[in-house]
Amino acid sequence: MIQMRELRKDFTVRVKAGRLRREKRTVSAVDGIDLTIEPGEMVGYIGPNGAGKSTTLKMLTGVLSPSSGEVSVFGLTPVPQRTRLALRIGVVFGQRSQLWWDLPLGESFRLLRHIYRVPAAEHEARLRRCRGLLDLDAFLDTPVRQLSLGQRMRGELTAALLHGPRVLFLDEPTIGLDVVSKQAVRSFLAELGASGDVTLVLTTHDLADIERLCDRLVVIDHGRVVHDGTIEALHARYGSRRSLVVELDEPLPPGFTLPGASVTGVEADGHRVTFALDGSSSGAAVAALVAVASVRDLSVVEPDIEDVVARLYQAG
Amino acid sequence: MDRIGASVLTISPGRPFRASLTTFGALVWSGFRRYATYRQATIAGSFTNIVFGFLRCYVLLAVAAGAVGNRPAGYDVEQLATYVWVGQGLLAVTGMWGWAELADRIRTGDIASDLLRPVPPVVSYLAADLGRALHGVLTRFLGPVLVGLLFFPLVTPQRWQTVPLFVLSVLLAVVGCFGCRFLINATAYWLQDARGPQMLWTLGSGVLAGLYFPLRLLPEWLTVTLWVATPLPGLLQTPLDVLVERDPPALQAGLVALQAIWAVLLIWLATVVQRRAERKLVVQGG
Repeated sequence: MIQMRELRKDFTVRVKAGRLRREKRTVSAVDGIDLTIEPGEMVGYIGPNGAGKSTTLKMLTGVLSPSSGEVSVFGLTPVPQRTRLALRIGVVFGQRSQLWWDLPLGESFRLLRHIYRVPAAEHEARLRRCRGLLDLDAFLDTPVRQLSLGQRMRGELTAALLHGPRVLFLDEPTIGLDVVSKQAVRSFLAELGASGDVTLVLTTHDLADIERLCDRLVVIDHGRVVHDGTIEALHARYGSRRSLVVELDEPLPPGFTLPGASVTGVEADGHRVTFALDGSSSGAAVAALVAVASVRDLSVVEPDIEDVVARLYQAG
Repeated sequence: MDRIGASVLTISPGRPFRASLTTFGALVWSGFRRYATYRQATIAGSFTNIVFGFLRCYVLLAVAAGAVGNRPAGYDVEQLATYVWVGQGLLAVTGMWGWAELADRIRTGDIASDLLRPVPPVVSYLAADLGRALHGVLTRFLGPVLVGLLFFPLVTPQRWQTVPLFVLSVLLAVVGCFGCRFLINATAYWLQDARGPQMLWTLGSGVLAGLYFPLRLLPEWLTVTLWVATPLPGLLQTPLDVLVERDPPALQAGLVALQAIWAVLLIWLATVVQRRAERKLVVQGG
């Protein structure tokens, strides 16, 4: 459905080189990306700022032309066949608006129906679903310029879906949203993805979006793919482990070892100890620990995706 | 979610022209609606047009009083007053000044949203501009014309074809003016900021479209050159000359035809420039 082969985008920047002289320098925003996305997939596309995420998305949607390489979406080449492609894809740029600033939200939707030439019945049905799921009714008559960011983003999502696109590109859809709005957007997208007939490509800096929504994670850095697979695969690759944090009445005897786990931190004069679990079940570790020490409290902490990704970015 | 989910689009099979017309109409209406939102601005704009109308009218009438036979450049007093007041009304209809929407969207990168629609940007901006012009006709045009009628003797057209030709000429002026403004704004694709070209435009268009004074006051070789070599007289002077019946019918029709040629040329040029720009476009920001 979506194919990128050796996709590159270079930008020329002029850098100061001396008092008056400026040198041209080529910067590769996207540096040879190969990626295939199948129908129905939900792909999280992440990377540090400036890694080339948005640039890739712009090339996929036909807004930017690639410097070299191939890209096809539905078998169409995005830039030359942009208007045809536009009928089949939905795009939300979290930092931009596709709605008309001066028009009420409802009127923007009506205009979009004519722009995309959607039959009235289909338009009504889709709008009704979105109104229900995203609680739009309270502000359908409000001009877009007066909407809060959360309201506007719900409007943007609706606007991107009214023509029934098969692929939805979302560029940081939860940026700047409060917790409740984020959850609303996420659960809406989760439901959309669960139906299986919309392919979703999502860039974000909020990894909770990815954990909640995406079964495939593509990490790019400096314009190259550095990871492509599930979140679990990422953990396995970077050796992230679950940890067991225990609070003890007495510090552990010196030289104490727990089979299948290693001590990674000792705090509060030895009253709080953190073990990293090397594949062993937390139950076995807890049982072994309780047998020798008096445990006041304990918790098992799942590996944090943010840590893994931070390590990944720093390595790059 | 199945109903929001995909279904192959049925794009009014068999009636593409009618569907295009509906889309265009909806875009025109959106332009109208967007301008209708700002009522206070409409009132303030009309007021300004009227104040400047008095200034311009008295200056030109003073010129007329000092001219040979009271007919500077072949206009009598009534024609001059009509020229000024209808011109003040047309200013907001053609929207000669103050449109920087496209340049702003290029600068901020919001142009990306326009490119993601299945309608070419030149078409959608033209449609919205026609809607804006329609709003201008209904609100900004009438005020100055009514005030002119109240305070000055204005011309009543004598020939049957004058009013329809005037309407056509205004429409062509709107399209031509849009073409010019689109091109000026489109320089932002290369310059990031179109304020320089825009200032030149504001200065040049005011003088060369016949706003500050009727171009007929210039030597004849110059007026002819301006008319043929630039679209600018077609933006204001031509419709006004048509209305005040400055020239014989055949010449008037010829001037309107010239407007039409320029309008087509400008829209074509806008399309070419837009296509070029898309190829080298850098969408600003993340």
